Amino acid sequence: MTLPTAAGGAFRRGMRAFVPLIPGVVPFSMVAGIAAVQAGFTPLQSIAFSLIGYAGSAQLIAAQMFTGHSPTPLIVLATLIVNLRFAMYSASLLPIFGGVPLVRRWPLAYALTDQSYALTVGRPGTEGDPVRYYAGASALMWVTWQAGTAAGALLGARIPASWPLEFAVPLSFIALLMPVLRARPQVTAALVSAAAAVAAHGLPFRLNLILGAVCGIAVGAAVQRRAGRRV
Amino acid sequence: MTVWLLIVGVGVVSLALRASSLVLLRDRRLPEGLTALLGLVPAAVLAALIVPDLLFTPGTQTFAPLGPRLLAGVVAAAVAWRTRNVLWTLVAGLGLLVILNALGWH
Repeated sequence: MTLPTAAGGAFRRGMRAFVPLIPGVVPFSMVAGIAAVQAGFTPLQSIAFSLIGYAGSAQLIAAQMFTGHSPTPLIVLATLIVNLRFAMYSASLLPIFGGVPLVRRWPLAYALTDQSYALTVGRPGTEGDPVRYYAGASALMWVTWQAGTAAGALLGARIPASWPLEFAVPLSFIALLMPVLRARPQVTAALVSAAAAVAAHGLPFRLNLILGAVCGIAVGAAVQRRAGRRV
Repeated sequence: MTVWLLIVGVGVVSLALRASSLVLLRDRRLPEGLTALLGLVPAAVLAALIVPDLLFTPGTQTFAPLGPRLLAGVVAAAVAWRTRNVLWTLVAGLGLLVILNALGWH
């Protein structure tokens, strides 16, 4: 007689769906913690950064740019651009949030990640309570991420500088990029963006990142429009 | 002080973007054209982050396109494509770079 809509059940099902992702999130979160302390954050600051910012790629970029002495407004702007995908996730999840009161939407929005978004979008068709399912996946993701960055921040200072550990940052991004390259507009956007970012590498404050992304999105959108017209 | 400013700045920006539709837009929709553009953001941003790191030597930032980091990055990309797993991607890429460095290729 347990209906699949039972509240606690949906939360638990969401958590269970997240479990296979843990081995991937742990090293990524540890790298984020290590990168912050190696950039000059105290362990307390890197833990606070993880709690307040809670944005994997943005934490890594902020740490990298901080090391390069970029001005704070520019670092925040770069994390804004990198986090734009959250606006897309937020819009795409909106249809399942009908009837959820605004006070509860704030914490649920704060917990939005690539992982919890992907799991919720790919939830089983029988799932009767997608919001609680999402909350369960997001809660376990949050705990895993916070534990991982804290461990990285506390270990970070003890890692020998000769280890090429900073290379883990582009590697983590590679792992996130591959699943995103689903169709031609995305592949085009990635290729154009990479080429522009390399060509403009001499620009100060890693502005080549912003320039590259804008060029890639523009050309990718043109490819998307042409493909749309052909249909 | 700068660090705390940075932390709060990134926090505000991240929460605002996540809450953009779920809280602020409530039950209205984003224009379709904007959603399509947002769909290209992850690919563009991640590529711009990754590729320069593979082609320029860290520290000196000299252009060295055919180095061990490019090879390790390409192998890691192949592993990521096959396994869709961050851990294996990190192990493959870092492991290969450490081996290549140990063999004297920097």
